[in-house]
Amino acid sequence: MSLLKTFKNGIGKENPVFVQLLGMCPALAVTTTAIDGMGMGLATTAVLLGSNLVISLMRNFIPDKIRIPSFIVVIATFVTLIDMLMNAYAINLYKSLGLFIPLIVVNCLILGRAESFASKNKPFKSIIDGLGMGIGFTLALTILGIVRELFGAGSVFGLDLFGKSFEPALIMILPPGAFIALGILVALLNWFKNKKATRA
Amino acid sequence: MEFVAILVSAILVNNFVLARFLGICPFLGVSKQVETAFGMGMAVTFVMTLASIITYLIHRLVLVNLGIEYLQTIAFILVIASLVQFVELFVKKASPGLYDALGVYLPLITTNCAVLGLAILNIQEKYTLMKTITHAIGASIGFMIAIVLFAGIRERLALADVPECLKGFPIALITAGLMSVAFLGFQGLSVL
Repeated sequence: MSLLKTFKNGIGKENPVFVQLLGMCPALAVTTTAIDGMGMGLATTAVLLGSNLVISLMRNFIPDKIRIPSFIVVIATFVTLIDMLMNAYAINLYKSLGLFIPLIVVNCLILGRAESFASKNKPFKSIIDGLGMGIGFTLALTILGIVRELFGAGSVFGLDLFGKSFEPALIMILPPGAFIALGILVALLNWFKNKKATRA
Repeated sequence: MEFVAILVSAILVNNFVLARFLGICPFLGVSKQVETAFGMGMAVTFVMTLASIITYLIHRLVLVNLGIEYLQTIAFILVIASLVQFVELFVKKASPGLYDALGVYLPLITTNCAVLGLAILNIQEKYTLMKTITHAIGASIGFMIAIVLFAGIRERLALADVPECLKGFPIALITAGLMSVAFLGFQGLSVL
């Protein structure tokens, strides 16, 4: 597979959230606003880049039997780094993401990429894969955040769009809204795909 | 009284799956049949309770004593990973049927954010050991209730005539959303 294809794979065809349904917990929990969704996506991308690079560099030294614990330690190290960096430089985001920053460790997307891609491919290719998957994840979270913020608070990225007369559907920023919004988005995506398939 | 409050809050008001969004992967992945969902719930209960006791002790005795609390994430995930391995060996010996049914999801408990999330929450809330155990039991029961109820609905949903594009995950997500609406009704209990 060419590099470009590897890159585009994560954004479209194998989008982690909309297609593979990986990393659902942060995707549902922190997307109450577009900013939070995007911040979470970027933090995850940073961890994914680091872990993919290091795991790919070490792929020939890690014994097969203890590979999962080794991957987890590498990932946890990067998460701790990001945790501290965000605490120092992005305190507002840090506070609103809260518990879900240390929980990046258990994002199945990152371990999944380590196991299925980085441990079998060269470092440069793994970085490209991490970048593609990371952007795909960020994009998905941002879209979900925009949808929920738009209906739930009447704004996008904190910008008020409808003025005071708009009655926000509060449920969209409450937990049920996350499930329903993601469900409808995935359904729409399937609908488009089916339509394309029948036309072709 | 405080213990009852922690318990009720963890089971109903702040249900781990439907209100806190922890443990969504197994919730969506292993909920096609009530029986396997129940098995998954049992495995998670066991791991969650043990893990929160052990992580509590490690935090108290090792991390705080040595002044290395910033290693919390790494230390906790390692404890959980080894614990899961242990449970896997145990289930394989004790109940091969359940082991086959749980399949890939048993090792995946490691990456179940409910377990790590619970451990971190216990530390954040500065719970004592007894409260930690109470919270763990509450969280496990909450997870169990959510996943078993959801599996019950999905068993019926499999027979329903659903529009093509909603089949599979989308309808499952929307169902979970409706369940979550129901659990929102418990918010009023938080005055307890």
